[in-house]
Amino acid sequence: MTVSSTRTDSLSADEPAFLRRMGRMLLADKFALVAAVFLVVMVVLAIVGPAWLGEEALKQNLRGRNLAPFDWSRDWFWWFGADALGRPLLARIIVATQNTLLVAAGAVLISAVIGTFLGLLAGFSSPRVSQAIMRLADVIMSFPSLLIAVIVLYLLGSSILNLMLVLSITRIPVYLRTTRAEVLEIRERMFVQAARVMGASSRRILFRHILPIVFPTLTTLATLDFAYVMLAESALSFLGIGIQPPDITWGLMISQGRQYLTNAWWLSFWPGLAIIFTTLSLNLLSNWLRIALDPTQRWRLEMRGETRG
Amino acid sequence: MLTFIRKRSVASLFSLVGLIVMVFFLSRMTGDPASLFLPVEASAEMKQQFRELHGLNDPMLVQFGRYVGDVLTGDLGESYRKARPALDVVLEAFVWTLWLAVTTMSLVTCAAIVVGSLAAFRAGGFFDRAASMLSLIGASVPDFWLAIVAIVIFSINLAVLPTSGTGSLAHWVLPIAVLFVRPFGIIVQVVRGSMITALSSAYVKTARAKGVRSGPIIFIHALRNAMLPVITVIGDQAASLLNGAVVVETIFGFPGVGKLMIDSILQRDFNVVLAAILVTALAIFFMNLLIDLAYALLDPRIRH
Repeated sequence: MTVSSTRTDSLSADEPAFLRRMGRMLLADKFALVAAVFLVVMVVLAIVGPAWLGEEALKQNLRGRNLAPFDWSRDWFWWFGADALGRPLLARIIVATQNTLLVAAGAVLISAVIGTFLGLLAGFSSPRVSQAIMRLADVIMSFPSLLIAVIVLYLLGSSILNLMLVLSITRIPVYLRTTRAEVLEIRERMFVQAARVMGASSRRILFRHILPIVFPTLTTLATLDFAYVMLAESALSFLGIGIQPPDITWGLMISQGRQYLTNAWWLSFWPGLAIIFTTLSLNLLSNWLRIALDPTQRWRLEMRGETRG
Repeated sequence: MLTFIRKRSVASLFSLVGLIVMVFFLSRMTGDPASLFLPVEASAEMKQQFRELHGLNDPMLVQFGRYVGDVLTGDLGESYRKARPALDVVLEAFVWTLWLAVTTMSLVTCAAIVVGSLAAFRAGGFFDRAASMLSLIGASVPDFWLAIVAIVIFSINLAVLPTSGTGSLAHWVLPIAVLFVRPFGIIVQVVRGSMITALSSAYVKTARAKGVRSGPIIFIHALRNAMLPVITVIGDQAASLLNGAVVVETIFGFPGVGKLMIDSILQRDFNVVLAAILVTALAIFFMNLLIDLAYALLDPRIRH
């Protein structure tokens, strides 16, 4: 219960009844529950990781180079083995959580805010403005995004901020198109007409009447997109144009282990597993959100929750 | 139908212009092209000479006009590394990537439609749950990690498949297998969701009541109507395959556009980089057009 409420309080903080309801629905879906718990653990690790294990993750130990995993006699952060400089892999994975999640979260936030805003605008303004915005989205969509990211990062130099910006620009059309499509449908509904007849301004209608209805869809989309952006960041870091050492992300760790493939598979294996579990959790949670936030489908989860008490 | 094609083409022409503008400014906005195109150790005179030779001292608009003219006549400059027209170098590599993408996408599409449809037919059953879980995992695996694991298992430990290069059919197995996983996972989920909706519709119930067998119901009645969202996702995935093959090509030493681009960036062969972006963007652009046409063909309502 406590776990579920921390997951959902970003959705709607001022409704305890809503939270209780979401918590119950989360308990009804075992996979989503495990995913949510896992993601909470990851977020906690991302926050405390560098302060907690930062020192162990950087201390080189040349006698423990490429130390094999499952050596239970050592401290727990050696259990996944050590990298080419004898640094414990588990500690490094935990420390890398922060950068990995930070870049993805930043990129998702930026693209969601800009994309939603442009989508609202495109759905609610004159055809000409709408057309211009949609053409812009087309241009971005037809760009080979990863190639553009490669060249922009190479030219501008790669920092966490640049990485966030590049990744977010390529994801803007996703939110833009979804928001616009929904707005086009919602604006014809009766309550919008009613609001207009009562003299509400366009801005009020957009943000107070339409946005709350689009919001669940956007939350689901953002969860899914978080996974996508994380994979993209890992790919860029893997190619050597994302995060630069001594900073670390999971993608960079995989790339660093690549040259020792023949004799130390664990260098690349564990960080990849961390990426898979995190994206898998995000996908599972997004599937659950899609049902839980849809009033016409919600009963599936609520029925199951009640039979179990 | 013809009016639809014309309208769609005119609309996409805008995107094409936008694309060319962005590629141009991408090459110019980042400071002095002379220091970008020339080797790091080039002297000031060399840079000056380069600027005059390529008209880089002219006003921006004049330069842009010239660039558009060059692009329209297919002149994208020379590759410094290979002393050949950049476009030729890129097209050569692009054929490899295209083959890789086409083969992979064909396999993915067939497999995903069959698996997704069967999963939807007995929704909630064992096959459905297994397929859903596997497709979720498939959609979550980073391709570069999968490539590395595949190399460790099949090339290093079992020594049955080559690690990199081209030459025989065996060289294609690992890249295609690795590229297959993620789009497959994503498309299976979409096919399944779309098919469940289609199978619960009135016309399927009618067909069933009339005694049509399951096979034709799934693959003829329901599938055609379930294909619309699937085609969109197939288009998205094909596009991301065209530009996302970078990583897999780099790992497997596959001579496609992605590897060419990374190599050219590292060796400062910028004409090739820009040509590669333009060619890939054009390919994605034409593919989006094809997707729109497929849409209009499948659903007559869209044409109007």
